[in-house]
Amino acid sequence: MPEIIYQFYGGVHPPQAKISSQDAIVSAPLLERYVIPLQMHIGAPARLLVQKGNKVLRGQMLADASAFVSAPIHAPTSGLIKEVTTCLGVLGTQLPAVILESDGEDTPAEPLAPIPNWQDSAPADLLRRIGDAGIVGMGGAAFPTVIKLSPPPEKKIDTLIINGVECEPCLTADHRLMLESPDKIIAGMQICARILGVKRILLGIEKNKSDAVDLMRNKTQDTSIQVCALDVRYPQGAEKQLIYTLTKRKVPTGGLPMDIGCVVQNVASVYAIAEAVIDGTPLYQRITTVTGTPLQSPGNWRFRVGTPYAEAIRLAGGVTEDPVKIISGGPMMGVAVYSLDIPITKNTSGILLMSGAEVSQYQSKSCIRCGRCNDTCPMQLMPGILSVQIENESFDLAESWHVMDCMECGCCSYICPAGRPLVQHMRRAKADVTALHQAAKAAKAAKEAREAKEAAKEAKNSPASAPGKK
Amino acid sequence: MQAVVILLSTGVLAGLAIALVVKFFGVQSDPLLEEVAALTPGANCGGCGYAGCAAYADAMVSGEAKPGLCPAMSEDNVKKISALLGVTSEVRVRKVAVICCRGDDDMATRQAFYNGINNCRDAMQVAAGAKTCTYGCLGLGACARACPYGAIEITSKRLAVVHPELCVGCGKCVQTCPKKLIKLVPASAPLHVLCSSPEKGVTKRKACKAACIGCQKCVKAAGEGQIRMNGFLAVINYGDPPSAEIASSCPTGALSASIAGTEQSGPENEVINA
Repeated sequence: MPEIIYQFYGGVHPPQAKISSQDAIVSAPLLERYVIPLQMHIGAPARLLVQKGNKVLRGQMLADASAFVSAPIHAPTSGLIKEVTTCLGVLGTQLPAVILESDGEDTPAEPLAPIPNWQDSAPADLLRRIGDAGIVGMGGAAFPTVIKLSPPPEKKIDTLIINGVECEPCLTADHRLMLESPDKIIAGMQICARILGVKRILLGIEKNKSDAVDLMRNKTQDTSIQVCALDVRYPQGAEKQLIYTLTKRKVPTGGLPMDIGCVVQNVASVYAIAEAVIDGTPLYQRITTVTGTPLQSPGNWRFRVGTPYAEAIRLAGGVTEDPVKIISGGPMMGVAVYSLDIPITKNTSGILLMSGAEVSQYQSKSCIRCGRCNDTCPMQLMPGILSVQIENESFDLAESWHVMDCMECGCCSYICPAGRPLVQHMRRAKADVTALHQAAKAAKAAKEAREAKEAAKEAKNSPASAPGKK
Repeated sequence: MQAVVILLSTGVLAGLAIALVVKFFGVQSDPLLEEVAALTPGANCGGCGYAGCAAYADAMVSGEAKPGLCPAMSEDNVKKISALLGVTSEVRVRKVAVICCRGDDDMATRQAFYNGINNCRDAMQVAAGAKTCTYGCLGLGACARACPYGAIEITSKRLAVVHPELCVGCGKCVQTCPKKLIKLVPASAPLHVLCSSPEKGVTKRKACKAACIGCQKCVKAAGEGQIRMNGFLAVINYGDPPSAEIASSCPTGALSASIAGTEQSGPENEVINA
């Protein structure tokens, strides 16, 4: 099949270390206790529907979407709501949560009505189902899928891209999913295509997963799905980079893929969509890779949401040596965590343990102006210069140098010979620029309200007086 | 000789021209405004709530603001400005910043080793700083760097401490602290609750020896009007503050008689105590 693959700018080649790619997915056994955060997605926390002491069934909705950008949350098993409390999130902040004590019976709730003949269903019905099932982007960002799949009518979508790249080193969850459930994934892709009304479906897979490429090509022979084998390069699986690689289109600054007629979905998300539509199963479990050299038996597991990390590590046989660093996600974009009480959520693609020999402790030095970060930044920013601006807290300057376009892929930090924590600088700048904008907006609104009030008062007091007179 | 005449006459003509332009087109600045502006400290710290000293002077003259909002202005200058403008000044309560956390390395535990950028606001981006108490002071000095008056010190045990004699209460640190631990309180208040965690007492106690565990002993000792409970945290009524002796009722020392717990910090404080 002739296919044209374009090359995105920059990128790096970190060691793959995908040691668990041959380990089949194992369903994790039922636990006694699940900690379910009410915010597993970007946007507003879900609105709680149950109370302390309520009995719930597996798949029952615990919390409903509370805003436009929000997603419902479902019970991972049947049992008792023990407590409504808070729990530690990956970012070190406390999130609202419920604690569910399992009754050991795992009784399913009345499922959402399966839609086996989805080929004939109205796209609106399918969309509603995806929203009700609480499906979010499972590649990492956890953006509610229903919003991504309902672009405004003026945005014409002509290409659906399915992301099976899994460019993060160490992670193998998507790879295993493609090998073990190709039919569900293909059905999920076709459901998305039906909703969006697109004909062109591209599935991008990196060449280090040649077995998945072969299998998916085999399975999609009679469909319009085109499987594209991509050269291995990090961050091939980033949304904007994947779109460029497959279509040569560039997402404008501050824009979305739908602005250039593309929608990107992760393979795990389309699998969840197929489960929700065909079987009526809401999203309460996901495939997570638990890996790292300190582990006895790394592997890929189907965990229910709310499983604490400690339990995941125990299932992977425990550790043979003390891990020095534990990362939620992959080594490039993941976040280091310090507590194993953190629960697995809808976007936990991996838990990575690193031994002392693998973690380097270095002192960050001054920028030596070598420019390597400029060569590797896939967004074509200048991370070295930006980091100096950010160190001086010149956030307005950094903003004019497009710091907000940074996607925190980590290529610059990976390549920097001076060991500068460039991504940390970028994250701080992005947070502070956002905060500055919000403060400015609030100040403007307050000023306008005050002026309107004063104008009303003045008009009331002296309707005849000339305007502007003191 | 000719050159001298030409230069002299050019000078005189130009001088006359300038004098005429100033006479007819000159911007009349308010002498009152100039006088008031001269009495402001000129530090442009923003503590009054205006963009800088000139903006505040302008607001005072136009009647929008009253004298006395400036935290750094001396009492004399406030009186002078009030006399100039013929208004009464704001009731001036000297305010100082207090860092509502006593969790230094002796008191609070840390769950991870952080070796990233040495700034609290950066550390917030990495697991919120990895202190066991997710609400506590990280001790990386974002507030100390933001303070225009050098009033905040980071002790050797990694806790930010305010020196009240240097603090003017401008509030820059309040905006900078990513954990929102800093409050502006009346300088005369004898007691402060140096804990900001809303967690349950048991949870807090595990993370920090100096936490307010919500035992309510201080409320019983002082009475509801002076200290009340907000969840598991005692809150002082700064309008009617309790006396300093109440501090002895606190089993953990979270209720402290001195601002920012100076009795348990850096070496020079030990010298003072000795």
